Amino acid sequence: MKINLNVDVHHLTRIEGHGNIKIKVKDGEVTEARWDTVETPRFFEVMLKDKHYTSAGMLAARICGICSISHSLCSIRATENAFKVTIPETAAKLRLLAKHGETLQSHVLHVLFLAAPDFFNEPSVIPLIKKKPAVVAIAIRLKGLANRLCDAVAGRTTHPVAFQVGGVTLVPQKRHLLGFRDELKRSLDDLRIVADLISTIKLPDFVRETEFVSLRGEKEYPFIGGSLISSDGVNHAEQDYLPMTNEYVDKNNTSKWSKLSRESYAVGALARFNNNAQLLHPDAAEIAAALGLKPVCHNPFMNNVAQLVECFHVVHESIRLIDELVESGMGETMAQVTPKAGEGVGAVEAPRGILFHHYKYDKTGRILKANCVVPTTQNNANIHHDMKSLVKKFALTGEMTDEKLELLCSMLVRSYDPCLSCSVH
Amino acid sequence: MKYLGIEPVKPKIAIFDFTSCQGCELQLVNKEETLADFLNAVEIVRFREASSSYSDDYDIALIEGSVSRNDEVKRLEKIRKTAKVVVAFGSCACFGGVNQLKNAFDLKAANKEVYGNDPKETINVRPVKDIIAVDIEIPGCPVSKAEIESLICHVVWDSPFQPPVYPVCVECKQRFTTCLFEKGQMCLGPITRAGCNAPCPAGGQGCWGCRGPAVEPNYTSFFSVVKEKGFSDVELKERLNFFGAFQEVNVS
Repeated sequence: MKINLNVDVHHLTRIEGHGNIKIKVKDGEVTEARWDTVETPRFFEVMLKDKHYTSAGMLAARICGICSISHSLCSIRATENAFKVTIPETAAKLRLLAKHGETLQSHVLHVLFLAAPDFFNEPSVIPLIKKKPAVVAIAIRLKGLANRLCDAVAGRTTHPVAFQVGGVTLVPQKRHLLGFRDELKRSLDDLRIVADLISTIKLPDFVRETEFVSLRGEKEYPFIGGSLISSDGVNHAEQDYLPMTNEYVDKNNTSKWSKLSRESYAVGALARFNNNAQLLHPDAAEIAAALGLKPVCHNPFMNNVAQLVECFHVVHESIRLIDELVESGMGETMAQVTPKAGEGVGAVEAPRGILFHHYKYDKTGRILKANCVVPTTQNNANIHHDMKSLVKKFALTGEMTDEKLELLCSMLVRSYDPCLSCSVH
Repeated sequence: MKYLGIEPVKPKIAIFDFTSCQGCELQLVNKEETLADFLNAVEIVRFREASSSYSDDYDIALIEGSVSRNDEVKRLEKIRKTAKVVVAFGSCACFGGVNQLKNAFDLKAANKEVYGNDPKETINVRPVKDIIAVDIEIPGCPVSKAEIESLICHVVWDSPFQPPVYPVCVECKQRFTTCLFEKGQMCLGPITRAGCNAPCPAGGQGCWGCRGPAVEPNYTSFFSVVKEKGFSDVELKERLNFFGAFQEVNVS
């Protein structure tokens, strides 16, 4: 029997932004297998031009509604590097604490609200409120904690207000931080229940070898700044991100595509894990081992598991940061800032992968040129090539239907937790 | 969920996203303490970012984002034909939001700068009301979930829906936030519509007016304060233009 399959998904659901899947198998041959981003471009690199450094971070945050804390921190870091500003230690800790809150919020949203319905054969989390009330209650509790932590430290969880060039403008009260410490401790029990649940789910058995790009941790699992590493052995300094990212324009996509040593590369939780697993908190490392996640893992569906592992890590790290902040007292939170002509690059690990902002300033502190390289921009070509390989592996088995293939390819895209409006910006 | 012993009719709601960061849609699944009740009070028939099931049978269309490509114009026109009530939510949908900052640049040059010799289709950014009739506007960058909940109470129980008419300053006073002008910063709080609970001044940043003008703002007095405090017209204009929400005023 000749196999014929046809999948045409216009605006894939349960992801951020607009993208399409097109697959055609004719007489047993894959004639088309595409992942295309069709989101409208907003031209942030152009809108950032002429902006004063005091408003650039606020504008940059609007690139993404889910990881606005990462964009804000990355933008501010680029400016601080351009002006050669070193921020006070307390400010750095508070920024990292908010960053951890964002990672927890974003990963929980993805794993439990966007990806999980596929594991239970439901179209969304809404039917799960009745079907799996205990799990949904945990999902809501974890996300609520993460958002309230961001509200307290960043001033607001979506589009933060407390980060300024030079430091932070909001200092949470000790008693609030200690309250969060208790909640974070308790959330580990919730996360363990989620890990038990995930351990019962069989993810598709699919491997395609690719290159993983992330920050390279020195002493700690990396989140803000530092040098760059790829699993194929490419290393660069933070400011030399351009030979790492190599963006180019594809005619079918409004998102640019990226490549390094191969036709594409991947960023995100799995890339961070593959490049820095030895730096995870012991508890997170134990969960990874229990869930069968070992570096270097080339199954993209395991990004879901890597995100859950990172949830354990950021909860433990948030507790440590709160202990340090409470013990040392808050002290200075803003450094003196003097704008000067020059360039600066910031690299930050957003929940979906490594993010770069690069600004060139005039001497009055206004932006002459801006460049932003966003996680999903770097993942889009890799998703596309994964999909081609996935279709070749599964579509020709004789048991595949259009519906099953659509679900499998949709799950592949969702595994990357893509943020398409971000990727196009 | 009964009220006075009566089971209310759940409105069918569809959520649509246009040119935006989708942060306003995210607010719909935030405010976790009332999330389960919120999802139970309405019938969400379409919410692409969160659900794979969808229907074209809906009463209320919640629209996030502005318009920046011709296919979005057609999508909006179709939604208007179906929905009984069209709600523009978020500053992008209401005013164009930060997206409209693009309109100050030459589109061809902008395209060249980002995409080189492979330009992508784009048009000047417009708010939803420039394309179709809008029944209710909920501004904010992002929107306040509490206002969305208040809108839901309005459509389920017909309780009044009226965003505050007073400016952000009132909410700063309620929170005991020190005035940002006192700290040497500019703030659009005196002319901007409240309802956000003033998180920006409380977090150390002056208001940038994402919610648009309060009712009958005293621009003359405000501009003279801004001048008196030593801020330039350029700074003021930049701030008023940031979210596209103050196009009704001219700074001379």
